[in-house]
Amino acid sequence: MNAPFGEEALPVGEPVNISRRRFLLTSAGAAAGAFVLGFGLPVGPARAAAGDGAPAVVPGTRVPAFLEIRPDGMIRLQSPFVEGGQGIFTAMAQLVGEELDADPATFTVENAPTGADYKVMPPGRRGTGGSASVRTSHLVMRRLGAIARAMLLTAAAQRLAVPVGELTTEPGHVVHAASSRRLAYGDLAAAAMDVPAPAPDSVKLKDKAAFRWIGKPVARIDVRAKSTGKAVYAIDAHVDGMLHAAVQHAPRLGLEPGAIRNEAAIAAMKGVHSVHRLPGAVAVVAERFWHARRAVEAAEVEWQEPADRSAMRYMPADFSTAAYAAQLAAATGPGDTHETAGDVAHALEGAASTISATYQSQFLNHAQLEPPSTLARFNPDGTLDIWAPNQSPDGFLGDIAQRTGLAQDRIRLHSMILGGFFGRHFKYNTANPYPQAIALAKATGRPVKVIWTREEEFLRDTLRPMAVVQFRAGLDAAGYPVAIEAISACEGPSEGIANKRGEKLDAAAVEGVAGKQYAIPNRRIAQRYVKTPVTLGYWRSVGHSMNNFFYECFLDEIALKGGKDPYDLRLHLLEGNQRLTTLLKAVAELSGGWKSGPFVAPDGSRRARGVAMSSPFGSETAAIAEVSIEAGEVRVHDIWQAIDPGSIVNPAIVAAQVMGASALGLSQVLVEAAVYRDGVPVARNFDGYAVLRPGRMARVHTRIVESGEKIGGIGEPGLPAVPPAVANAVARLTGTPMRTMPLVPPTAAT
Amino acid sequence: MIKLHVNGAVRSVDAEPDTPLLWVIRDNLGMTGTKYGCGIAQCGACSVMIDGVVTRSCVTPVEAVAGKAITTIEAIEKDPVGARVVEAWVRHQVPQCGYCQSGQVMAATSLIKATAHPSDADIDAAMVNLCRCGTYTTIRAAVHDLAGAKPGTQGGAA
Ligand code: FES
Ligand code: FES
Repeated sequence: MNAPFGEEALPVGEPVNISRRRFLLTSAGAAAGAFVLGFGLPVGPARAAAGDGAPAVVPGTRVPAFLEIRPDGMIRLQSPFVEGGQGIFTAMAQLVGEELDADPATFTVENAPTGADYKVMPPGRRGTGGSASVRTSHLVMRRLGAIARAMLLTAAAQRLAVPVGELTTEPGHVVHAASSRRLAYGDLAAAAMDVPAPAPDSVKLKDKAAFRWIGKPVARIDVRAKSTGKAVYAIDAHVDGMLHAAVQHAPRLGLEPGAIRNEAAIAAMKGVHSVHRLPGAVAVVAERFWHARRAVEAAEVEWQEPADRSAMRYMPADFSTAAYAAQLAAATGPGDTHETAGDVAHALEGAASTISATYQSQFLNHAQLEPPSTLARFNPDGTLDIWAPNQSPDGFLGDIAQRTGLAQDRIRLHSMILGGFFGRHFKYNTANPYPQAIALAKATGRPVKVIWTREEEFLRDTLRPMAVVQFRAGLDAAGYPVAIEAISACEGPSEGIANKRGEKLDAAAVEGVAGKQYAIPNRRIAQRYVKTPVTLGYWRSVGHSMNNFFYECFLDEIALKGGKDPYDLRLHLLEGNQRLTTLLKAVAELSGGWKSGPFVAPDGSRRARGVAMSSPFGSETAAIAEVSIEAGEVRVHDIWQAIDPGSIVNPAIVAAQVMGASALGLSQVLVEAAVYRDGVPVARNFDGYAVLRPGRMARVHTRIVESGEKIGGIGEPGLPAVPPAVANAVARLTGTPMRTMPLVPPTAAT
Repeated sequence: MIKLHVNGAVRSVDAEPDTPLLWVIRDNLGMTGTKYGCGIAQCGACSVMIDGVVTRSCVTPVEAVAGKAITTIEAIEKDPVGARVVEAWVRHQVPQCGYCQSGQVMAATSLIKATAHPSDADIDAAMVNLCRCGTYTTIRAAVHDLAGAKPGTQGGAA
């Protein structure tokens, strides 16, 4: 995914100001009442504000900004990446713990505050997305652990009056073998804080062979809290004196609230504190959320058309997804080329046979289970505390500063763990509740927590784009493809967020039809930009989520046309590509050997299998799905998936992410679609918007292949190969190509 | 004032009789382990036990549960079956984002309390809460483990 973090890179020499107060406030949830001793802060102000020549912060190097070792040996780590289910807190504890020599089980991990220290993604960025956390930061986080270990060793050498070279560590302890003395990290932490940190480049990282935790199925550090209701999400945030707010959004984006016909009546409803007009919404603030919600839903608002629509993303009253799909299908012209090789036109002319087909995807809601919320509190000293779900703290901070006119160091952004995200919590212009919370806290002079009901969320969620892709391919006399052209009519997610076309084509619009690794010598991948009024966003695996479906299904059509088996054709097109050949063979082996069917399963059902591959976010995947059709409905029995992320940190978390991503892929290909009619979404809650339910989940079998190539992503890559593997199996079973998601199998084929 | 029996204690709450139990638990009682996901009995995130039976609190008027025993996730480990369920959840590393899991643990506890050794069909019927992170397979493995059986027609990642 293309840098969707919407934040500034770290300017060189940016002054740093992390105050102890901020640090403690940020972590108040976990640290309240704890006797804080050990690393802790401050470091920043003392050195960075020391005057001219103070060194700029090198992100990920200042141990006290990240780590606190408590007297009992428990370790608190500030994570630059937000936890939202993907297991990043555990991975961070493994990476830091490996080099610090501390058991990840002794870690408590929190989302770090904003600031330069945490911009650990080169070249000085921070954000959780694009399956990029571990692959961009693993060396930095390991080095941080190594620096901390070196400081503890130095402190121990001073305490024991021995040369540092005589000391070693065991998990949580410095050991002087010669005198059989051991010092617990918890006892050394205070002294270690006064030791000068070694130069980051001077510390040596462990050899892979010596890893104790990296690469092992270490238990997640958050499962017990998440199994007992103790995990605290943004929606659970609470401060004294807090009011609750509920909103009613304009039914269509761009409309503004005019008169509220029954304003006096709703202001008089039980528990109501006040009624407010906000940009594109009406809000009711009350002592209890239920009172706020009941009142705001009763509000009869006269929504007004905007005077000038030119600069805004405006939803017209006659918009429908059906009409937009027709518009995409009717788009003509060569499109803008994103990827090209050879000469497609010439190769098509000279081909022994040609084939063409048109594919279509649907809009999708994120449907993360935690609805968005934000708590905002202006403090007597003029500072602002804000608790908000987000995937890019510094991007949010910059925007909050701009909206409030407050300097950034007057704002404390508390990034909460996320009740699912899948791309939902980037900074989207009209899709985050924090501007409302800030406005209401300001207007009422009290802390206010805004919660979007599911209905209001589905009205303002950003959607995964819809696309219509026209394919053409040419085959040689032997039945192998020699040319492929894909022209996608769509608006890419980045184009949608910017509400205009960028200077370059939105790579997120075409990734997955572009970047394929099959050796087809003549290729052209292009986009026809067709703007939509729907608000767009990044959705788990972004462009790959739909584009890989298009490409891999069309590849099966090519195979059929050329009289080839779909598995054999892929192997043929990957000749000489050792990494992908190994991966494809691995998934076949995992499934008990490739067979496409149709065949009759032991239970008597007629079944078939489909295969597909994908290359998302630096990882490679291959999937096989086995399906039958029961009562006109596709039933997916098994998904076998092989993933090669180069190398890994935690195989158990990789398997869990492949399983979860497979579920979302199944959901997309089987049941999901966000539909608009008359300018409004038809479904506003889970009664109308179908997501995968447990009864339609498949068994997921995962094999991790560590090729040793550059480390790739984990959170998203398990998704894109699943929809086409399923669709190809259904096509095989029914003899009908599946060119639209969600699939509509021919009923006659059961 | 309505008197509620919550997690073994009697609590008096000032709420209109038709207020959903969910919001009484979260706002009046300040216990946020019970989650809001949909408000219309579709997702199960708000599940609690009423007299040991799993119930979607978002559509349960508070007046309907006056005098009944309400168990929320905060007290789940005080219930012997609930404690076993939590251990199974930890053993199987079920949660991802965790947002649905209070409700999932409630549903599993209620199931095992009613049927110590549920069949696959029992599990199908009882474990119907949504999980957008897709932990269904792991949930099933954990419930099978509690039921003392091997995963049957579904579940169990290889
Ligand atoms: S919040 Fe009650 S079922 Fe979804
Ligand atoms: S664990 Fe995230 S919704 Fe279930």
